[in-house]
Amino acid sequence: MRADWLALQEGVTSMDQSPLTFEMDAPDVLLTFPSGEFAVRNALAAVLSGLQFLNLDAEERGTIELVLAEVLNNVVEHAYGAQTPGWIEVACAHRPDGLHFVIRDEGQELPEGALPVGNLPEFGDAIDALPEGGFGWFLIQDLAKDVVYRRNGGRNILTLRICVCKSPTQN
Amino acid sequence: MDLSTQETGDVLIVTVNENRIDAAVAIKFKDRMRDLTTEGPARVILDISAVEFIDSSGLGAIVASMKQLGDKRALELAGLSPTVEKVFRLTRMDTVFSLHKTAEEAVAAHAG
Repeated sequence: MRADWLALQEGVTSMDQSPLTFEMDAPDVLLTFPSGEFAVRNALAAVLSGLQFLNLDAEERGTIELVLAEVLNNVVEHAYGAQTPGWIEVACAHRPDGLHFVIRDEGQELPEGALPVGNLPEFGDAIDALPEGGFGWFLIQDLAKDVVYRRNGGRNILTLRICVCKSPTQN
Repeated sequence: MDLSTQETGDVLIVTVNENRIDAAVAIKFKDRMRDLTTEGPARVILDISAVEFIDSSGLGAIVASMKQLGDKRALELAGLSPTVEKVFRLTRMDTVFSLHKTAEEAVAAHAG
C-alpha cells in the first residue's frame, strides 16, 4: 500500500528506484513521504490505518504510534533537519512474532554511526533541572525489540519489532 | 495550538482543545503556555482529557511549561488517557507531576 500523496509532492527528488521491499519481503504497509513534522502525523495515521486488519487494541496501537513517532521525529529533526528536504520510507510486515518495521531515509548518519544507548535521562528533585528531551531513544528501546541500525549506500536503515501478542493472528 | 483557560478560585485550569501534543506543535504549546501562565494562581491544572497522543517532544514541552512557572507555582495534570499516562509512567514523569482523573477532581483535591 503506497500512499497516494507520493505522487503529489513536487520539488523533492525521490529516492532511487531500489524498492524497500528489498529490505522486507511482502510488507503489509509500505509508504513513502517527504520529511516534515506534519507529514509524520499523516504517516502515523496511514500506518495505523493499514494495520486495521489486525484488530489491535488501544494499547498496542498506542505503542506502535509512539515508537514510530519517536523514530520518524528523529529522522525529521536530526537525520535531515528542519531545512533539508528528503524522503522517508516505512515498511511494516505482520509476522508470528510481531510487527516488523523497516524505516529508511537518506539523511545524515546517526552520531558515531551507532544507536544511542537509550537510557532514561537522570533527574532529581529540582524542577528547574528536569530533562525536556532525551526520552525518544529510551522509549524506542523500551517498547520495541530487536532495534538494529545500519548505514548502507548513503541511507539510514532502522529495523525493529513490536510485539502484538495479545491480538489474534489472522494470517 | 488551541488552549483555553478558566480561573476557579485560586486555581487556573488550562484546557487543551486538541487531540495531540506532538513534535509538530510542541514549541507552539510551550509558547502558548508561557503566554497563558505568566501571571495568575500558584496552582495550574492542565486538562489534557482531549489529548489522545503525546510523544517525547510533547512530554518535553509539558515539562518545560512546568519549569516556566518557577519554583513557587506548580503544574498538575488532569484527564490522562491510558496511552498518555503510559508515556508519563515509562519516563517516570508521573513522579514529577500530580496526576488527577479529571480537572474537577483536581480542583476538589485542593479544597480538601
